[in-house]
Amino acid sequence: MTALVPDDAFDAIHDADCHGFLHSVESGAAVDGPGMRFVFFMAGCQFRCLYCHNPDTWKLHNGTRVEVKDMLRQVRKYSSFLKFAGGVTFSGGEPLMQAEFVGATAAAIKKRWGLHIALDTQGFLHGKVTDEWFDPIDLVMLDIKHIDPDRYLALTAQPLQPTLDFADRLVRLGKPMRIRYVLVPGWSDAPDDVAKMADKVASYGDIVELVEVLPFHQMGTSKWDKLGLDYKLRDTPTPSNDDTESAREIFRARGLETT
Amino acid sequence: MNAMNKDNLADPWEDFSEGSWREAVNVRDFIQENYTPYEGGDSFLAGPTERTTALWDELSVLLKKERAAGVLDVSSDRASSITAHDAGYINKDLEIIVGLQTDAPLKRAIMPNGGLRMVENGLKAYGFEPNETIHEIWTKYRKSHNQGVFDVYSPDIIACRKSGVITGLPDAYGRGRIIGDYRRVALYGIDFLKADKLREHRELDDAVFNEDTIRDREELSEQYRALEELREMGLKYGIDMSKPAGTAREAIQFTYFAYLAAVKEQNGAAMSIGRISSFLDVYIERDFARGTLTESEAQEMIDDMVIKLRIVRFLRTPDYDELFSGDPTWVTEAIGGMSKDGRTLVTKTSMRVLHTLYNLGPAPEPNLTVLWSSKLPRGFKDFCAKVSKDTSAIQYENDDLMRTKWGDDYGIACCVSAMAIGKQMQFFGARANLAKALLYAINGGVDEKSGELVAHGLEPIKGDVLEYDEVVEKFEIAMDWLAKTYVKALNCIHYMHDRYAYERIEMALHDREILRTMACGIAGLSIAADSLSAIKHSTVKVIRNEAGLAVDYEIADEYPMFGNNDDKVDDIAVWLTEAFMKKVEGQPHFYRNSMPTQSVLTITSNVVYGKKTGATPDGREAGEAFAPGANPMNGRDKNGFVAAGASVAKLPYEFAKDGISWTASATPDSMGHTEKEQVRNLANCLDGYTNAGGFHVNVNMLSRDTLIHAMDHPEEYPQLTVRVSGYAVNFVKLTREQQLDVIGRTFHNAM
Repeated sequence: MTALVPDDAFDAIHDADCHGFLHSVESGAAVDGPGMRFVFFMAGCQFRCLYCHNPDTWKLHNGTRVEVKDMLRQVRKYSSFLKFAGGVTFSGGEPLMQAEFVGATAAAIKKRWGLHIALDTQGFLHGKVTDEWFDPIDLVMLDIKHIDPDRYLALTAQPLQPTLDFADRLVRLGKPMRIRYVLVPGWSDAPDDVAKMADKVASYGDIVELVEVLPFHQMGTSKWDKLGLDYKLRDTPTPSNDDTESAREIFRARGLETT
Repeated sequence: MNAMNKDNLADPWEDFSEGSWREAVNVRDFIQENYTPYEGGDSFLAGPTERTTALWDELSVLLKKERAAGVLDVSSDRASSITAHDAGYINKDLEIIVGLQTDAPLKRAIMPNGGLRMVENGLKAYGFEPNETIHEIWTKYRKSHNQGVFDVYSPDIIACRKSGVITGLPDAYGRGRIIGDYRRVALYGIDFLKADKLREHRELDDAVFNEDTIRDREELSEQYRALEELREMGLKYGIDMSKPAGTAREAIQFTYFAYLAAVKEQNGAAMSIGRISSFLDVYIERDFARGTLTESEAQEMIDDMVIKLRIVRFLRTPDYDELFSGDPTWVTEAIGGMSKDGRTLVTKTSMRVLHTLYNLGPAPEPNLTVLWSSKLPRGFKDFCAKVSKDTSAIQYENDDLMRTKWGDDYGIACCVSAMAIGKQMQFFGARANLAKALLYAINGGVDEKSGELVAHGLEPIKGDVLEYDEVVEKFEIAMDWLAKTYVKALNCIHYMHDRYAYERIEMALHDREILRTMACGIAGLSIAADSLSAIKHSTVKVIRNEAGLAVDYEIADEYPMFGNNDDKVDDIAVWLTEAFMKKVEGQPHFYRNSMPTQSVLTITSNVVYGKKTGATPDGREAGEAFAPGANPMNGRDKNGFVAAGASVAKLPYEFAKDGISWTASATPDSMGHTEKEQVRNLANCLDGYTNAGGFHVNVNMLSRDTLIHAMDHPEEYPQLTVRVSGYAVNFVKLTREQQLDVIGRTFHNAM
């Protein structure tokens, strides 16, 4: 109902140096973390995944310049709802591209409302931040695009190793993880590849609370076209329900809860 | 346990607590002292028995015939009363809980006390002949409520009625929205209740005999007589209700009979049954403890009762159906909620009642209303969310808000009107059209459709561009005028309804001293708020016709729209809600010292309101349907379900104590990948919404494609149920226009 915290309360948090670029927000997403999420889609990503469904978030300048207080204002309107229903997710783009800003925002949200905070990342840039940076983060949704280094490079234009190092680091920190794996026909759906991936994920132990196998879809096509980019997966089909289920079974066979 | 047997007769209260409820009528205390809260899951529930399925199948044949004909049959030869008809059955051998409104299933009764015209128009519309004797009686010897009202209406009220700035007034039909405490008949038996009414009557023997006392005494006598007729009605079925119910089956039967007597005599706009599930559960638990009942038998009785509640019917006119589409009766049953002492009021029977939606398939009636609190047990929350996902047949209302106002034994009349059962009633007042009132403010009280002067005392706005301050100033005057005329009309209506169509049996199941509310309402809130937002945040140019009337508007650019959790416009909607309520409260007199309240609810009349309202400054075209209830206008809530809910939750219940209705439709996929996720997310959303102060939500989990398919292939979807504003309907019973309206509403693919 009426806000407990007046709008201008956030003006005290004024730090022009600490600003970020926000692409967009979504106030109630059910598939971006546990429960209903308020999602910040941060602008900027150094990956160029062939199947990216948000290529409009690649460039930092595709976003709006915001400060932490602007971010808090957005969350405040939903804070009591999120307390019950879910939490806040930082996605993108790649939120670690703006690690300082995202970290400051996450810490402020945690301090003010104690909300559950999830980070949706491919982990490539984790080396930029300290262990403490992860304190306000309750869950990392780690996107591992492929288990084979060469295929990974071909798919994303970046090396795989930093992402695997990041997973090891999360194990060391005891930070709960969800692994996301996009099933792209002809690219990441070979049963052997999936099995290798599943073995790797299983090796992280109980810290992996869920594996999400996401069937590739064509909903991003119009965005590629609009940006005048060459979309190489235009003719790639969407995996069938059966194919997606068999991939999930490979994870489940290793004792991983998988959806 | 009290094992003492009095005489040879079993004590019907054996094994129940020794509390004060034994001395004086107090169902709430009886429940509190005897019920068994249930915190578990749904695994105990039993499916339909062969008998239940056979009975439902037999009825389904009749329901199909009725869908084709509109009305299956009418008992047009007699004015209905509690005892007017002989016993009737669907199939006597198969029924466990018996009783029909007339002597045959789906045969409708006529109730001319409300208004003869409504009866005769209803008969003619469906190809039946009005009865000459009835006509003679209600034209020569007996006056109806409807005649009484029109004897006293003033020209300004009639002008408002005609233009549609006030619509849906219960001046030609039964007002409804009164819930008898039907449980009293089961708990106390009729002898006890009659003695109690006699006591209430005698207590007034030495009171000052002013009009109020005399009216009270006459009403108490009528109530006493109605109780005796209820006893006679039971005897026609071979069931004696003189003494309290001794078994679960008797408790269900007596409670249903008491309700049946009400729907035999009153064609009320909404005839809620109250809050009976957890009351009945006490009896079921007692029979379980005695070893005389199994789960399957308990479910079977509940299924049978619900079958009866599904076939309550009234004869109504096509005009009425246009306002309230799909033949609704609002047999609202309030389920769940919390006790004041912190225990949940959920019992196994709360779940059994919801489970009928699986055993018998989805249906719009009874209007199952879950009283939601974040403190409800997890198992119940998950079960409700699952039923919603599978059937779209449940509505949710905020128990945490209502419990503090009305205690922990309130029910819901109609869609969203809370009232303490047996202790409170309302004078139903339909609603005033705020969007049209705004147009009157702009056009100096001249109706934009007819060109006639309706609201006096207003000067038209002359400028070509609408100035916010000027519009608000004039709108305030228009709202003052509207509130004044509206309350005048309601005072007339309820004076006459008490006089000519008094609800004898329903009021017999109330205390003598009760709280009465005067339930006003507003329609077009989101349009009025968006219009003011456009005027304030954009530039709105007026387009006038040859007569100088503003008939259309040009809006320069985007403006903040209600439903996106944006205070720039949400604050306007809050202000409007408060402002109109204050204007109503400021009126000099409310019939019978009633307490004024208001609702933000349209039911399905949003379509008719739209038809009757010209173009509005928010960009809505003339004739376009309003959004239902407190909903944002279709398609304008662009930020998803959560943002829309957050906007609606800002509307203050304090200024709309008769309820605020929101209908939300989402696709199941938008709630998560798996059924488990979808169920949990929906339950969590309900927690979040109610915690934010959200009052009511109809939850539809459907895909738009299903509805489009059902429109063209109705035969494949006889039981497809959708929630509209405050109630549910069989989708295939809606007119095509209304179906398109439902489909046109925002479906959230993303939450």
